[in-house]
Amino acid sequence: MSGDTILKVRDLYRVYETKATMFRKAKSLTAVKGVSFDVERGTTLAVVGESGCGKSTLARMLTMIDAQSSGSIEVDGLPINIAKTGISKEMRQRVQIVFQNPYGSLNPRQKIGDVLEEPLLLNTDMPAVERRDLALQMLQKVGLQPEHYGRYPHMFSGGQRQRIAIARAIMLKPKLLVLDEPVSALDLSVQAQILNLLKDLQDEMGLTYVFISHDLSVVRYLSDKVMVMYFGEVVEYGTRDEVFNAPQHDYTKKLFAATPQADVASIRKRLALKADAA
Amino acid sequence: MKNQPPAVSADLTQLEKESRSATKAQLAEFWYYFSQNKGAVVGLVIFSALVVVAALAPWVAPHDPGFQFRENFLTPPFWEDGGTTSFLLGTDAVGRDILSRLIYGARFSLFIGIIVVAVSLTGGIVIGLIAGYMRGIVDTLIMRLMDIILSFPSLLLALVLVAILGPGLVNAMIAIAIVLQPHFVRLTRAAVLAERNRDYVVAARVAGAGHIRLMFKTILPNCLAPLIVQATLAFSNAILDAAALGFLGMGAQPPTPEWGTMLSEAREFILSAWWVVTFPGIAILVTVLAINLVGDGLRDALDPKLKRS
Repeated sequence: MSGDTILKVRDLYRVYETKATMFRKAKSLTAVKGVSFDVERGTTLAVVGESGCGKSTLARMLTMIDAQSSGSIEVDGLPINIAKTGISKEMRQRVQIVFQNPYGSLNPRQKIGDVLEEPLLLNTDMPAVERRDLALQMLQKVGLQPEHYGRYPHMFSGGQRQRIAIARAIMLKPKLLVLDEPVSALDLSVQAQILNLLKDLQDEMGLTYVFISHDLSVVRYLSDKVMVMYFGEVVEYGTRDEVFNAPQHDYTKKLFAATPQADVASIRKRLALKADAA
Repeated sequence: MKNQPPAVSADLTQLEKESRSATKAQLAEFWYYFSQNKGAVVGLVIFSALVVVAALAPWVAPHDPGFQFRENFLTPPFWEDGGTTSFLLGTDAVGRDILSRLIYGARFSLFIGIIVVAVSLTGGIVIGLIAGYMRGIVDTLIMRLMDIILSFPSLLLALVLVAILGPGLVNAMIAIAIVLQPHFVRLTRAAVLAERNRDYVVAARVAGAGHIRLMFKTILPNCLAPLIVQATLAFSNAILDAAALGFLGMGAQPPTPEWGTMLSEAREFILSAWWVVTFPGIAILVTVLAINLVGDGLRDALDPKLKRS
């Protein structure tokens, strides 16, 4: 599988300009500074970093929500620069996104069936019957029931909603799926279910994930490669084991040190330390 | 896709039932919150009765609203001295039965309300959606124009418009619609601004929805709640403004049995024959009150801030 690169990002920049007003000079803020990476087909790249480090900006560029300021994105050999070329249906079908908050990412006035069929309706000429069959299959695939087809989003729990959001994203059978903190709004047991679902789907459909997260335990579970971002720059990029076992950059080390340890051994250790101090 | 065959296609009827019951559940929830507000239910009953009476006017009204009974000028209502049961609410200065005129007048009032709300609502929604969705210079231009319209006293502006267009019911309706429109524009714009950056809109964009689809199919349905409430208030406002214009002689022209026009014709008899002014006044009052109560109940039922989650 090596060498089969599906996502190729080179020297990507995103600059936000604030306009000059009477009281303020024009300022520019670089959210993403010269990011480059490759993702191989069927693997998962985890992007890690604190809030405001440019993770989500990166996701928005990869999914063609925003245009890059400079640099190149290539998905399966198709260059993407929406500022220049606009977006074609072909590009849409390659990349899709799952958002963080399942309570905000589903249209409250749209039944689940319509949510799932919308991408097909907009991007293919599939007849309605076929669309419905696909949507029903997809519901089962993500672990929901066919009778959920006609219900509204508010009738579902957070985990179920995230399943629906995932189903919508893979309706078009994208090559690349960008997951923008897909489990951080869910409670722990549901998180595990969703992560397992994502893993199963990856095996089944050969999906490639760009997984954005600040939860390192989740990253360790799911990722093949890890990219650590800090103030818009990539400070560490390597395979999961490399990064987790031998972090190079100071920030990465700090990040790992800041992860709360909840296993019994570390709790005992902490208690022992406390007892010593007292 | 190496998945199960569509084993589900067999129970399509089951699916449709499920889908219908989801819709029904929404309606049931809406009715639950609406019916909590007793005033709103009373308003709805009165309003429905009014609609029925207006629709069945030719059968309900005891007399022709335009027919002048030459022997019965200014007959008082039946419970007063000199009143007769053939004119339950009395007659006006030229011998026309007031009850019949009120019943026919309900048609005009409802008609005015519906047309004005339809015109100003559609216009307001389209303009507001464009302003809120496009932002930038378009937004600024539209909103400043709406501010200019709003800065005039509404009845005065309507009066000026009618003076330009010429007096008459249709022109009065156009004028009122123009005066009421900015409220809808503002409301729509505010709702669109709140919704346009929500994740589900972005998701629809990623799925490939174009601008028109995003505006009208994705965003608009989620902005409707405040608009529906405003529409009921505009309905009563329209009736009130039309009556005011009619009273000032700029709305419906005599002998149309429009409530405001009836008031205007009866002006000189305020002191001598109270019933000629009182009943059209009460009709306007009750109608507007009923509609406002309904609007209140709709707000309770539709405003998510007043509900859980």
